[in-house]
Amino acid sequence: MVKEQNWTKIITAKKSWWDVDLKGVFEYRDLIGVFVKRDIVSIYKQTVLGPVWFLFGPLFTVFTYTFAFSTIAQIPTDGIPAPVFYLAGTTLWNYFQSCFNGVSSTFRGNANIFGKVYFPRLVTPISMMISNLMKLGIQLVVFILFCIYYSFQGKVDVSLNVLFFPVVIIVLGGIAMGLGLIVSSVTTKYRDVSQLLGVFMMLLMYASPIIYPSSSVPEMLKPYLMYNPISPLIDFFRFSFTGAGGYSIYGLLYSFCFAIVVLFFGVLLFSRAEKDFMDTV
Amino acid sequence: MSLAIKVEEISKQYRLGLVGSKSIKDDLKKYYAKLNGQRNPFEDLAEENDRTTQGQSNYVWSLKDVSFELNQGDALGVLGRNGAGKSTLLKILSRITSPTSGQIKLNGRLASLLEVGTGFHPELTGRENIYLNGAILGMRKAEITSKLEEIVDFSGVERYLDTPVKRYSSGMYVRLAFAVAAHLDNDIMIIDEVLAVGDAEFQKKCLGKMDAGIKDSGKTVVFVSHNIASIQNLCNKGVVLSNGKLTFDGTSNDAVQHYLAQSFSNSLPEIIFPLKDQDIQLTKLQVLDQKSQLKSDFSLGEHVYLNIEYKVNSPLKGSNICLVLKRNGIDVLCSFDGDLNEDNLNKTDRGNFQYVLKLPTDILKAGLYTLTLDIGLIGIGTIEKHDEIITFKISELNQLTTSKGYAEERAGILYKQIEWNRTSI
Repeated sequence: MVKEQNWTKIITAKKSWWDVDLKGVFEYRDLIGVFVKRDIVSIYKQTVLGPVWFLFGPLFTVFTYTFAFSTIAQIPTDGIPAPVFYLAGTTLWNYFQSCFNGVSSTFRGNANIFGKVYFPRLVTPISMMISNLMKLGIQLVVFILFCIYYSFQGKVDVSLNVLFFPVVIIVLGGIAMGLGLIVSSVTTKYRDVSQLLGVFMMLLMYASPIIYPSSSVPEMLKPYLMYNPISPLIDFFRFSFTGAGGYSIYGLLYSFCFAIVVLFFGVLLFSRAEKDFMDTV
Repeated sequence: MSLAIKVEEISKQYRLGLVGSKSIKDDLKKYYAKLNGQRNPFEDLAEENDRTTQGQSNYVWSLKDVSFELNQGDALGVLGRNGAGKSTLLKILSRITSPTSGQIKLNGRLASLLEVGTGFHPELTGRENIYLNGAILGMRKAEITSKLEEIVDFSGVERYLDTPVKRYSSGMYVRLAFAVAAHLDNDIMIIDEVLAVGDAEFQKKCLGKMDAGIKDSGKTVVFVSHNIASIQNLCNKGVVLSNGKLTFDGTSNDAVQHYLAQSFSNSLPEIIFPLKDQDIQLTKLQVLDQKSQLKSDFSLGEHVYLNIEYKVNSPLKGSNICLVLKRNGIDVLCSFDGDLNEDNLNKTDRGNFQYVLKLPTDILKAGLYTLTLDIGLIGIGTIEKHDEIITFKISELNQLTTSKGYAEERAGILYKQIEWNRTSI
């Protein structure tokens, strides 16, 4: 009888729902750093203006929104100047959207690397989330400059609630990542899902208080829009920086719980899909 | 001696064909069976993986019940024809995909090199890519920093270290990529034919580096290569895969013999190539004896004749056919159709052509010989290449050679007797 020795790793066919390799992610933390650096550097290499390009998109969007929705359609902006109203919404929405899009294409976008070498696959979406923070940071600077300008004019009212904004970003990022992980796991096998995403994202955007304030939603629609976990975050964010509108503590709690649940299922599904996605992707 | 790798009856099933509505239906059936506590209904349907015959089922076993063990410090060579399951085995070992059944136990940190330069980003500089590639392969940042100088030295691209790699020549790119890989310091290394890159001098350097790594540091290596000579050089153990099954497990030399014998038994002395849509293509290859009879088993001292037929589909210039003869995996000779007669390189019109060659096998020792043929255009490159496509055997039929220097198992490749005239002095 041979003595059974200690093995450092056992590769099995069994798939457990609870087999999440968080320890492995920690061991590969340097890889997260390198991926973030790659994403950031590769975006603005060989461009003269570099990261400044991240400003043009949002500024142009805000200009269009102000013209189309405020000036022409005359949708109210809760009594604050239109540019700062739209900027608050689009800054958060852009972060949400780029995180979600990035994470949901993890498997398809990295198939060539994943097919050649193993590392805990969660490293990729995590580094995606972090590199998107940089884009968010730049847009946030613009937003804050607008806030400061208008607060000197007395048109917006910055409150101490702004200190909670990192929490808003974390919860919003959690929802984006959780949803993205679920979608990326499902699309490894059923590509059809990715066709629906564009429509889904557009619906979600119009279901969130980005181009209209929550206060202008008709009473009969409010119960339905309540289920959108992004709305309380945008409302709170806008309120804390500008004093416009209000927020609901229950709504924020709902968003928080939603983020936890969707992240939990996202990570489980993703860890299950990563084992043999190479056979189907 | 403790085990480093223990592979226990691993199997891998693949589904052929397209993923579509059928796959959803099959998935639902699978989940239904699972809910009722039954076996996966498609596991029984799967067939042996023989790509030459059209199977009944859409499911095949790319690997079936493969088991072997490796001690720490062993270097294992994996041999097998294309599609035998070598890559699947490597993918499972390196955790890129998971087995359908069975398990693998590992002792030690594992690194896999199925490709050099994985993840290289063209916009990043050489230095940044060293960190990126190193981290992807599992190195810590501090580890890369401490080896940076060595890596740069090994690659020989010091001058371009802060230039984006998109400006590198393909040779420099490969050198840098390989330099990172060569400095991996894991207990277990899984290596695919990554050495099939770079120039000859650099390949030698890499092989030397690998050889040193295997022999000195007690690393365990699993190595897949079509280059039988490098398997014999680097590995002490060998396994042969055939249609997803392990058909041999032993020393690397025995494995090479088994592999060659196996490809010989599968090899017919005639190959007809399917017609393709390209300017020039091989159509037929035959191994003949001097009476023009198809034959694959020759006796010592006999001449082997080849009949090579090819077709030119559109008039071209500078076509070039290259033939490489190998004995037990080691190159014996190389010959081009333009070597003696440069007219063969001139403009060729459409039509079918034929070469009949007489190989100088009368001076070659007994053994298993393979032919590699490729056809190319000067200045353009290879059009088609057929690695070790046909095998023939030279046997010491009625000769008692065991005590002789030119016996098959002794050193050397030439069957030439040398006169030793003794005189007293």
